[in-house]
Amino acid sequence: MLAGAQAARLRVPFSIDTLPNGLTLIVHEDHSVPIVTTNVWFHVGSGDEKVGRTGFAHLFEHLMFMGSQHAEYPQFDRLLEAAGANNNGSTTEDRTNYYEAGPSSSLRLMLWLEADRLGWLLPTMDKPKVDLQRDVVKNERRQNYENQPYGLVGDVAPKLMYPAGHPYSWPVIGSMADLSAASVEDVKDFFRTYYAPNNATLVVAGDVSTAEVRALVREYFTEIPRGPAITRPTPPAFTVRDTAVTLEDRVQLPRLYLNWHAVKSTAADAPALQVAGYILAGARTSRLTQALVYGGEIATSVQAYSDAKRLDGDFNVVATARPGQALDTLQTVIDQQLEQLAAAGPTSRELDQARNAIEASFLRSIQTVSGKADQLNEYYYQTGNPDGFQDDLDKLRAVSTADIQRVIRTYLQGPRVMISVVPQGKPALAATKKRVTQ
Amino acid sequence: MIRRFIACGLLAPMALSAQAAFDRTKPPTLPSAPSLVLPTVTTSRLANGISMQVVPQREVPLVQVTLTVAGGSRLDAAEPGLASFAARMLTESAGGKDVNAIQSELAFLGATLSSNATWDLFIVSLNVPKRSLGAALDLLADVVQRPTFSSADVRRQRELRAAAILQQRDRPGALAALAFNSLVFPSGHPYHDPPDGDSVSTARLDSARVRTFYSRAYVPARARFIVVGDIAASEASELIGARFGGWTATGAPLTIAPVSVAPVENGALKVFLIDKPGAAQSILSIGGPGVSRTSADYPALVVMNTLLGESFSSRLNANLRETKGYTYGISSRFGWAPTPNAFRVQSGVRTDVTDSSLIEIFKELRSMQNAPVDAVELARAKAYVALAVPGNFETNGQIAGQLADLQTFGLPLASVSAFIARVNGVTAADVQRVAKKYLPASRATVVVVGDLAKVRAGIEALQLGTITVLDAAVVGR
Repeated sequence: MLAGAQAARLRVPFSIDTLPNGLTLIVHEDHSVPIVTTNVWFHVGSGDEKVGRTGFAHLFEHLMFMGSQHAEYPQFDRLLEAAGANNNGSTTEDRTNYYEAGPSSSLRLMLWLEADRLGWLLPTMDKPKVDLQRDVVKNERRQNYENQPYGLVGDVAPKLMYPAGHPYSWPVIGSMADLSAASVEDVKDFFRTYYAPNNATLVVAGDVSTAEVRALVREYFTEIPRGPAITRPTPPAFTVRDTAVTLEDRVQLPRLYLNWHAVKSTAADAPALQVAGYILAGARTSRLTQALVYGGEIATSVQAYSDAKRLDGDFNVVATARPGQALDTLQTVIDQQLEQLAAAGPTSRELDQARNAIEASFLRSIQTVSGKADQLNEYYYQTGNPDGFQDDLDKLRAVSTADIQRVIRTYLQGPRVMISVVPQGKPALAATKKRVTQ
Repeated sequence: MIRRFIACGLLAPMALSAQAAFDRTKPPTLPSAPSLVLPTVTTSRLANGISMQVVPQREVPLVQVTLTVAGGSRLDAAEPGLASFAARMLTESAGGKDVNAIQSELAFLGATLSSNATWDLFIVSLNVPKRSLGAALDLLADVVQRPTFSSADVRRQRELRAAAILQQRDRPGALAALAFNSLVFPSGHPYHDPPDGDSVSTARLDSARVRTFYSRAYVPARARFIVVGDIAASEASELIGARFGGWTATGAPLTIAPVSVAPVENGALKVFLIDKPGAAQSILSIGGPGVSRTSADYPALVVMNTLLGESFSSRLNANLRETKGYTYGISSRFGWAPTPNAFRVQSGVRTDVTDSSLIEIFKELRSMQNAPVDAVELARAKAYVALAVPGNFETNGQIAGQLADLQTFGLPLASVSAFIARVNGVTAADVQRVAKKYLPASRATVVVVGDLAKVRAGIEALQLGTITVLDAAVVGR
């Protein structure tokens, strides 16, 4: 802990209620700047996709901007821009989000547009729209995967990490073949199943009156009917097998990816894994950063992070070699560092540093209404309590030396997926060694 | 179906009166937009003349401290990358503490501290919880006034920079930008060389060179503080005055000379190709010399560029992404800097439509010049620019950034309101006029990074202008 003052408890005041059709509304007032944001989460992501239709949840996200009955394409963007507002959407394995952000005067427009595409998307949906956004998404895939150095790892890692059929065993972007296969019928089925008020949470945050927001949301959304109950995927338990894969790419420097099976975001060990990520590579003085980059001088960069998702999770270490270094050398040092951390645990200074840095990053995350809106949605989805900021922080602050030792031993010294990306024609630079075990 | 909404108990009377009968078939009528409320800035001076602006913001217990020193990468002269390297070296060892001690302390305090150079400024940025402010300012004072530049630190960072320069060759977007800048800005212009230097200039970096540069470039008389956050002006003044009031120059200041070399104005289009075998996309960088932000045409240019390639519904994006499906996104921008940077259109397009994309981009540039924009489109772009301004003052960091930006151009805070008024006054004739005057529709520099075996013939067939092939290893040298 910091010497002296104890920080005040973090609070993001909110009100929550649910419409008869199941739409959950969360409102947070912040009158510091005359802006407003609406942030809708649909509880569907790539993890809900069917075999042969990978990438569909994200493709669908693009189609949500292609017009609805009373706001035909391209009115969605045009009307918002004319009101001074911007918007976007994003898809993960677990959820799809849509936001609008602009001057407080644009609130009604944001709600009207969101209601229209939730209630009246299909009347204007047709094959040309699907074909066009299919092309755009394929371009997105080219830009972020095919034409990106090391980009193909994102394609390969999920299926090496998770067993066939597991909701996380394919990338959110999907495959080119599956994107090609998506049809208008798929769009309609998906919309009717998942894009219903009872599968959505709407956060409105900013310079608004809660009473006015509640009234407007009732007015705009009440007549949209409830959808069917949704069955979420229930992933099987599994154990990763030690796997070593080498990819050749048009890159100058080799890069090593180590991925371990870890835990889902609400698991008891999730906070300790997050702190472990910080202790390993969160700061300049972190263990792997020192051993690989600044002390050892065998890597140009290293990252370590827990990717705890809703149903399951993994932990990743990514390190790029310096010119002339082979990935076996990096791998050996990483394993040694994990051994040392498991054996002796972090120092109390390391733990304090991690806690303080994480607490400060919490403060930074509540500086914007957009950040708060997204986080209210995230906490509500993951824990049922929108204002989970302080609870989350309390758990992170409670992580002990023994917790760090335990999670390193339990998760980061077991079987793992090891991917080496090496310059073309240089497979000898790949990591090949078995795990170092004592 | 039109329904009147049903008032619930919580409803405020104003919500009732503000809305007539609800008609779902039409967009709602919006209230007038909130007016801009500019932050209240308190200005003062330290004992040695360093100016300070403070904006108290009590919402979150954080403080943003931004120190700017006029200079930046334009002081590089014959040593490309020296200024940005020296700037980043500040947060290594300093004040008798080694880099690990400093970095560990910063993390312990929950602070973030960065030091960088833009073309015109050195910027040191500290963000810290209020309760750790004093200790963090001690570290800030060390890194700004007492950096060590030890040989070991310099060697280590030099090697990391050399590796990063090598890795630029992997990124076609980086290659396109490097090539474009070196073509549009001739040798001797500050933007000709990359701000992070090249492998040759990087190899020359050593402790003595960096220390000498620092002592002549970080001139206290050119420094200004901006403090935004959970702090009163008097307290900020006291805390910073105690640590920076005695900061004095250690070397003869480098002259910030006006830029005398003009950018390259092509007589006709010129095409430059860089091969990236197997590329799934071609990266396009198209443009030419930019415009001064202090030009009277600035508001009209901002509006014109918003509807050409800045907003999502802009013409370039509507055409190449939303109609043709050639790309994931395309944008155009002017580089607003005291020495005007370039105007540039950028996109990654599918390899097999590289030539078609070039046709469409030039069609859009010409159409912006040849016909006035319609009233609805113009109103949309103006609103998008003008109504978004209040949102730029939300966080401590944004407020500090806005103040630093204004300082760079020597503009007062009131110019933000004046800008909104001038944007609202832009006419279709203004847009067309600045498009004709500044868009390089017939004299652009065009850089394409892609699979030349597949795209070259198509580009040649367009007969845009002379074609030159550049070597990726030379561009990313």
